Amino acid sequence: MPKSPCITSLNRRSLLKVGAAVGGGLALTLVLPSALRSGWAANFTASDFAPNAFIRISREGVVTMVMPMVEMGQGVYTSMAMLLAEELEVDLNRVRLEHAPPNDALYGNSILHIQTTGLSTSIRAFWTPLRQAGAVARTLLISAAAHQWAVDPATCRAQHGIVSDFTGARHLGYGELVDVAATMPVPAPDKVALKAPESFKLIGTRVRRLDSQDKVNGRAEFGIDARLPGMRVAAIAISPVFGGRVKSVNETAALAINGVHQVVRLDNAVAVVGDHLWASKKGLQAAAVQWDDGPNAAIDSAEIIRQLEEASKQSGAVARHEGDAERVLASAERRFDATFRLPFLAHAAMEPMNCTAHVRKDGCDLWVGTQAPTLTQTLIAQLTGLPKDAVKIHNFLLGGGFGRRLEADGSILAVRVAQHVDGPVKVIWSREEDIQHDMYRPCYYDRISAAVDDTGKPVAWTHRVAGSSVVARYVPPLFRNGLDFDAVEGAAEPPYAIPNIHVDYVRVEPPGIPTAFWRGVGPVKNVFIVESFIDELAAASHQDPVEYRKSLLSHNPRALGVLALATEKAGWGRPLPPRQGRGVSLQSSFGGFLAQVAEVEVTADGLVRVRRLVCAVDCGLVVNPDTIAAQVDGGSLFGLTAALYGSITLKAGRVQQSNFHDYRPMRINETPVIETHIVKSTEAPGGFGEAACAIVAPAVTNAIFAATGKRIRSLPIDSAQLKS
Amino acid sequence: MVANLFFYRLTEYCLALFWKTFLIAGAPMTWSINVNGTLRRVDVDGDTPLLWVLRDVLGMTGTKFGCGLALCGACTVHIDGTPRRSCITRIDSIGTSVVTTIEAIDRTREGKALQQAWVDLDVVQCGYCQSGQIMSAAALLTAKPKPSDDDIDAAMSGNVCRCGTYQRIRAAIHRAAGS
Repeated sequence: MPKSPCITSLNRRSLLKVGAAVGGGLALTLVLPSALRSGWAANFTASDFAPNAFIRISREGVVTMVMPMVEMGQGVYTSMAMLLAEELEVDLNRVRLEHAPPNDALYGNSILHIQTTGLSTSIRAFWTPLRQAGAVARTLLISAAAHQWAVDPATCRAQHGIVSDFTGARHLGYGELVDVAATMPVPAPDKVALKAPESFKLIGTRVRRLDSQDKVNGRAEFGIDARLPGMRVAAIAISPVFGGRVKSVNETAALAINGVHQVVRLDNAVAVVGDHLWASKKGLQAAAVQWDDGPNAAIDSAEIIRQLEEASKQSGAVARHEGDAERVLASAERRFDATFRLPFLAHAAMEPMNCTAHVRKDGCDLWVGTQAPTLTQTLIAQLTGLPKDAVKIHNFLLGGGFGRRLEADGSILAVRVAQHVDGPVKVIWSREEDIQHDMYRPCYYDRISAAVDDTGKPVAWTHRVAGSSVVARYVPPLFRNGLDFDAVEGAAEPPYAIPNIHVDYVRVEPPGIPTAFWRGVGPVKNVFIVESFIDELAAASHQDPVEYRKSLLSHNPRALGVLALATEKAGWGRPLPPRQGRGVSLQSSFGGFLAQVAEVEVTADGLVRVRRLVCAVDCGLVVNPDTIAAQVDGGSLFGLTAALYGSITLKAGRVQQSNFHDYRPMRINETPVIETHIVKSTEAPGGFGEAACAIVAPAVTNAIFAATGKRIRSLPIDSAQLKS
Repeated sequence: MVANLFFYRLTEYCLALFWKTFLIAGAPMTWSINVNGTLRRVDVDGDTPLLWVLRDVLGMTGTKFGCGLALCGACTVHIDGTPRRSCITRIDSIGTSVVTTIEAIDRTREGKALQQAWVDLDVVQCGYCQSGQIMSAAALLTAKPKPSDDDIDAAMSGNVCRCGTYQRIRAAIHRAAGS
């Protein structure tokens, strides 16, 4: 059978045609974990049955599932496969998984309208389409069997990849049915009946990750593992000041290094191309690049914060306005005001930025792990002047994404280098380049005020968010009337009943430092601020932080539910020794609810030791409960790392941090016990990749307050302020 | 005796020549290293880290690059059974030692048990750091078959996981130790 050269050129209609023309396999597409390869098209034969873009079934009965979103640890290659398998009636361990090629029409995320993995939308966006894709394929396979047996399809059933008739005497495997199934009329996805939740066999059960095996034996392939015949490896130095230019390069010295083949000089970067990274790295050192720092040479974080603080005094775009908070505040007898400050943060994914590119006259191939394959394809087409179809993106597993790999800057840089190289070249950033040329979580400066009545309840609330808008740069159409919906998420709709509320946003773009999405962006900062401030209000009226919150939540049963569960499991109220404390936080974000209780100890030196985190989750219907627990572990530690240590600062236009010694990740010896308790729910599934990242900081800082009486209003936590 | 002396002198002469010609001049030479029981020959400068020999020269990509400064443990391999960060281990320091990588750790009882425990508990998330985690854990179990939590902290705190899988790593090490 001829192999499909590349599925990028196929649309849904031609896929179906392929299946039907050969009278062959049902081509709904999905791939097996142990066989995960970016060359996903290699296994696609024309006889495969492909009823839609997500499923393919071969005559041998091999079921391949094409994953529209990418796997970066969040578990979607397992949970999305579960959605398909549930309706397709196949055993997950017999399914192959493949990375989808870039194609918004076939694989676009219905929430983001683009084939992008981010904002915790994968399950929310594909919950219905993937189950429908499975059901369509199953319907066709059952119809094919019924047709062969000349019986009513309604009397047949499918299970474990086999269709059986009503007597149970006749069976046909899916592989045996693909040729006939491909000739059956394909029902519209919304015309097939989906299982009711009580009939789920897979969804809601603990299913083992499909990518575990390859990730424990070194076989899993990340972008950085791409290997091609004739491939060279390049080390790269980018101007240490954003916007700077290359002034001089000692090419002769670089080329004298053994294994170095070429020096590529771009306007803002120098790449040395060699046989292996060490040769290239030594070449880069020998090149002794000198820089012209350009207009941003004097940028300093202290100045950026000062500008933010100044700008936050002006009113901004209104995110929410109910009642008359300003008037109530102006005449209030008891009012509270606070400012909060959050730093720039780097993503520091374990897999440093990298991309392999091969640029030819007639086309360009990229081997890269990316959260945004279609965006990357578009930008590379623009850069090279090639038609989009000539730009092939071979996607990989991602060694961490966290929003960093939503950006195409690494791919663009690799292609600019590859334009000067004959053959494929893998551009690998050092960890120092990765941290110093990240696109950073914005720095924020927020002002928040509340007036309380004589019972201590807030009667007016204002919150002004000031900071860079990632949305305005990344998705301009969604930046409307000066408002960044993401920057105010978690601030505009706090879970509490507050009669007068005004929330606004002031956009302030920092000079000389690019900003980007970072796991949980808006909610990560806003939940910290709102939950810290609510805690301050509770303390100001000498009320228990949990009881105080409950008194503001009578309208919000799901929030009350998680709060009650977390505090019960954590033993809220039980006495603790001196310098230890419990703190609580609550959030309603990403389509679900979380509550967390942190148990913290603060040493006499001010060091914070988080001993235990108890998290209650109501994220609607759960696909794989084990993934929820894993994401609570992971999100909590990601957020906690930032709260304890995370800060990117600039001096003389340069990022001062460079590697894991000064941009510190949490390590196993600092890790608290983390417990996850899930509320059973039949609500629509919520997103979960980012949720726990937002809940953790305020639980910890409120616990620090309980332990020491000191409030934390800026991150990272400053131990010097916590000494006894 | 005379023959022995002759060979001794010859060896000494060759070594001197070697240092003079190759290392001091910084020129490349051919190195023979034992990787997972196979002798591999590579032509690189003596200061080349084992990490890049494995990944870029031998095409063994299971060992990962994370920081380049022995700060994250993603590149951990065993050299004669001892965990070492291959990003700072020069090829000229290896000599006749045996290099074991993630690709062959299942040949040891500890490695196999750990891989199974990792799968049983679904430790991995993005998975990028896990080769290094398992290599560090395998060395720990070889040295201490029943490690305490403190032993795990001491042996594993050099391995960074940005996905935050530490709690399951700890549980999986205990599980493998019990099997």
